[in-house]
Amino acid sequence: MFDWRWDFTWEILPRLFEATLNTMIAAGAGYAIAVVLGLVLALAQRTPWRVLTFVVREVVEFIRSTPLVLQIFFVFFVGPQFGIRLDPWTSGMIAIGLHYSAYLSEVYRGGIESVAKGQWEACASLSMSTRDTYFRIIIPQALPPSLAGMGNYLVGIFKDTPMLSVIGVAELMHTANAIGSENYRFLEPYTLVGVIFLAISLPAAGLIRVFEGWVRKKLGMQ
Amino acid sequence: MSYWEFLSEYGPRLIDGTLVTAAQFFLAAALAIVIALIAGLMKLSPYLPVRAPAVVYIEVFRGTSLLVQLYWIFFVLPLFGVSFDKFTAGFVAVGMNLGAYGAELVRGGIQSVPKGQWEAAYSLSMSPLRRMWRIILPQALLNMLPPWGNLLIELLKGTALVALISVADLMFEARQINGSTYLSAQTFGSALIIYYIFARLIITPFMRWLERVMRRKLGRA
Amino acid sequence: MMDDLTQYPLTLEGADAPMVSFRNVTKRYGSLTVLEGLDLDVAEGEMIAIIGPSGSGKTTVLRMLMLERIQEGVIYVDGKPITHQAKNGKLVPASDRYLRRAREPIGMCFQHFNLFPHMTALQNCMEGPVQVLGMSRRDARERAEDLLEMVGMIDKKDQHPSRLSGGQQQRVAIARALAMRPKVMLFDEVTSALDPEVIGEVTNVIKKLVTEHNLTMLMVTHQMGFARDISDRVCFFYGGRIEEQGKPAELFDNPQRERTQQFLSAVKSAD
Repeated sequence: MFDWRWDFTWEILPRLFEATLNTMIAAGAGYAIAVVLGLVLALAQRTPWRVLTFVVREVVEFIRSTPLVLQIFFVFFVGPQFGIRLDPWTSGMIAIGLHYSAYLSEVYRGGIESVAKGQWEACASLSMSTRDTYFRIIIPQALPPSLAGMGNYLVGIFKDTPMLSVIGVAELMHTANAIGSENYRFLEPYTLVGVIFLAISLPAAGLIRVFEGWVRKKLGMQ
Repeated sequence: MSYWEFLSEYGPRLIDGTLVTAAQFFLAAALAIVIALIAGLMKLSPYLPVRAPAVVYIEVFRGTSLLVQLYWIFFVLPLFGVSFDKFTAGFVAVGMNLGAYGAELVRGGIQSVPKGQWEAAYSLSMSPLRRMWRIILPQALLNMLPPWGNLLIELLKGTALVALISVADLMFEARQINGSTYLSAQTFGSALIIYYIFARLIITPFMRWLERVMRRKLGRA
Repeated sequence: MMDDLTQYPLTLEGADAPMVSFRNVTKRYGSLTVLEGLDLDVAEGEMIAIIGPSGSGKTTVLRMLMLERIQEGVIYVDGKPITHQAKNGKLVPASDRYLRRAREPIGMCFQHFNLFPHMTALQNCMEGPVQVLGMSRRDARERAEDLLEMVGMIDKKDQHPSRLSGGQQQRVAIARALAMRPKVMLFDEVTSALDPEVIGEVTNVIKKLVTEHNLTMLMVTHQMGFARDISDRVCFFYGGRIEEQGKPAELFDNPQRERTQQFLSAVKSAD
């Protein structure tokens, strides 16, 4: 390939692999926040309190229609203005977790709405509490149809982690930038980052499909 | 400084940035639509040499990050003798990235048209090109409008990244203002609100309107 | 097993040449053989009704003429092979383009109508003449309106299919196919998806075609009474071949083969 330097490639690969680990940790932590918070946002939209439902709905819409990179800046810079200092990692995780919780809440909502109406009626006829109805009956059934969406957003969050580089989280993109400006060579680091992303996200998408099938089978839904 | 004072001082710069964002959005959207149509149709081809480039393109651009693609196009591509100014690099990267997602929508939309429509068009001896253009695409277009609405919002959000190669868009202006004033809540908050307005009060209603118009035109009102 | 193509003539000539001719035609889907060694000649102006249980290959007969490729044998329409083309005095499998052109004299109506939903009834009928035959819009419109008049749909000509009942859609679909001035018409279970009370409006149109026009027709149907009324010949398909064929009165009143008898009595008891 054009002017590609293999010696430089081997030299920087260990650093990139280390950063890949950071990227995965960032994606994992952000996803963990999103999975839990997303459920809260989804359930909050099913409460009988109209005002709460409305507000949460608008917040979800707002988060989904504005750029993640701007949200990252917002979380990182607005804290200090009011005397709260957050380090890059914490603000990054909050921003990316919040962003994806909005997406996941939509996935859960779709999943919950896909559960047959008769299931609710059956629960009511057994005088089950709302909590039991959700956690024992509805959510287990809402899970399989949600899995595809959840998996897509896991890959999505992974691919969005490079945005964390803008506030100095030492993930892949940040490391590639650093290597590039130290050596005045951008061809290898940027290309390798692309290759690493491909090498992880393509098999991940396949694995998620396999996992989805496995869960469906496990729950006897197929 | 009150918020109103802030707005009267920095509002014009935010508006300038918004106009650049709007330009990036429209150019990237146009590019994405063209690429999506071409790549989506190519992926449906029965011939491997036609299909393969589309599959590779779609997988590469969906499998990596927009930011990586943007940097690659802006910083690495010049090494291969292809250089864009930052403004062009910006919307080309965003358009190519979202075009890859759009290609999957085009493919899905075309596949969602019932097989009977192909058969009926064939039974009238229509050529493959005519079948696609006159019969299949109009129906596929209507089917894929709702997901395109979401995709265009993702595209708008994607344009915020061009600030990172110094295109003076809304995101860029907000960062500059924040850097000199440290009024982070006001600057980033205003920018967030402008993006929200752009997405929910312009893109979404426009797509809904387009869907209604198409529905009427296609006789499914 | 390779099919020896030299055994088939390049064209069918002579005054008594059939309009449609299947010669030793075999159709497979993967390893499943749907039709085997079919030989069937249809004379010009003849109306053939094709009956049989599901899975007997009866619909495949029509689909081979219009939509699908075959594995063995040759199909001729109007004297010319459609599945094969002559090259250096020999038959070779037809190219996609040749196949489509060769099928131009054939029109087809489907079980589920398959009208184009984004076009009005009139536009549906003008689409082929304008786009394929290159007719002027004015001439195509005139022809389409005449045909819609004939099928009794002229007052709905500006409606989209979603506004029409099944029977109305099927009548428009017949007009659409006729607008191409076909020599051969195929009807694939055209009344199967219709509510019982509107079947008559479609069968009446087909009857009109039989009495007033000299079209060659092949019709797959479940309606034995209708088949008996209007067809010149009935073919009973079973297991991918013609089990029995004959004049409708003979076949329905005095079936020779056991499977025909079983089928007809099963259909009768279902009615």
